[in-house]
Amino acid sequence: MGFFERLLKIDRRIIFTLIAIAIALPLFFNVSMYVETTPEVRGVFDAVDTLTAGSKVLISFDYDPGSMPELQPMAESFFRHCFERDLKVIVMGLWPQGPLQANWALDVILNEPDIKAKNLQYGVDYVNLGYTAGNEVVIQRMGSDIHAAFPTDYYGTPTDEITIMKGVRNFDNINFVYNLSAGYPGTMEWVQFAADRFRATLGAGNTAVQAPLMYPYLGRRQLVGLLGGMKGAAEYEVLANRPARGVRYMFSQGIAHAVVVFFVILGNVAFFATRKKRKES
Amino acid sequence: MRREVPLMITAIVGFTLIIVYFVPHPPFSDIRDLFADWFSIIAAFAIYLGILSLLKINVEKIHRKKSGWQFSWVTILGFALFVVVGITEGRDFGEYGTRYYYLYDRIYYPLMATMFSILAFFIGSASYRAFRARNREATLLLLAAFFVMLGRVPIGYYLSSWLPEGWRMGDMANAIMSYPQMAGQRAVMIGIALGIVSTSLRVILGIERTFLGGD
Repeated sequence: MGFFERLLKIDRRIIFTLIAIAIALPLFFNVSMYVETTPEVRGVFDAVDTLTAGSKVLISFDYDPGSMPELQPMAESFFRHCFERDLKVIVMGLWPQGPLQANWALDVILNEPDIKAKNLQYGVDYVNLGYTAGNEVVIQRMGSDIHAAFPTDYYGTPTDEITIMKGVRNFDNINFVYNLSAGYPGTMEWVQFAADRFRATLGAGNTAVQAPLMYPYLGRRQLVGLLGGMKGAAEYEVLANRPARGVRYMFSQGIAHAVVVFFVILGNVAFFATRKKRKES
Repeated sequence: MRREVPLMITAIVGFTLIIVYFVPHPPFSDIRDLFADWFSIIAAFAIYLGILSLLKINVEKIHRKKSGWQFSWVTILGFALFVVVGITEGRDFGEYGTRYYYLYDRIYYPLMATMFSILAFFIGSASYRAFRARNREATLLLLAAFFVMLGRVPIGYYLSSWLPEGWRMGDMANAIMSYPQMAGQRAVMIGIALGIVSTSLRVILGIERTFLGGD
């Protein structure tokens, strides 16, 4: 068996090992890489950046820990941007684990020195409404009455008694909706019900696997912008001039992509080198 | 009657929901809210149904000693552990420092992250074996993958920064995503939407009756 034939039949455990090294090793180095920004991410950033102080932003956490590496940096940078601009943040989840993910991100951001100095108050500057079962029907219910969809917040306080929720009845009273999604229910449902049905201004952050499915909504401006995968998070951090986890992980992701591309090229070289022999046999 | 009544309920609810979508005024908006509340209640009960189903399947597996029955014990014990700890922690179960938080952070999160990260290995292996320029279509797919994979990470910028703006890897990736990719996705979405509309109409009009069960 020739070199190229052996290459075609390479043990997949060797590929797995090389991928593992390509992903893990760069995480130990703090290499700052240039991150190009795309119009999709700028769409979300500009929409938030042009809101006036005191505007209400609704964030729906529709993912679980499996998607944390991609979506948690997006959540953190978005929270930071909102609080820096003195926006009022309302958090909810269509996934049971969503509100917990939100609390994790809030814990990180609220303990950053400049945000901590603002002395933000729960219920006044931000609130976590928790989870309500019902998937897209919850969004539809929110279109007429958010208080009916979420009678209490995450801690059991009646929504009517929460300061930030006073005057917030439906999507007409929300200036921007941001959805962090890893599947169903997620961005597609937010577009279909909140953006199309109730004319909410919507932006989204998706896992890299899901992001391409949302491009048709960008073309029609049903989504003002979209963050796709860890790269999307890194772009948002760059636009906000606050490089954090997303930017840091770009080195690892870059090397991993390069290794996969290297394997694709190698596979094709071996494929063409053995083509003649295959035809003969 | 066993078939007619469910068919009638389906038809009435189906047509009502179509009307309330296009007429957002009372009394239709009130009907929409009422249905939404009912749906949320039913969805909440579906969670309990899911729990019962999970337990039934795993208990049966243990009882009959089916292949991999030991893992069913892990499922049941894991489920019981999270439920008991969650309930005993009360409303603040998810707060930092609670026992539930510890379980979530140290068990659930690493397990989910492991499941998702396996994808990277399969993509690497599958790319090596499947991405072959066997014909024209496969070559186009290969080239698209090449530009998107490199154009979406900083390494693509470094490899092509010497090229004029608009011709770099990132620009290529953006063009692929924004035009051929979006066109393909749009076609798929329109196809799915038409399929859903026709299937829904068949169900509402009583032509499609398989959801009733039986023959």
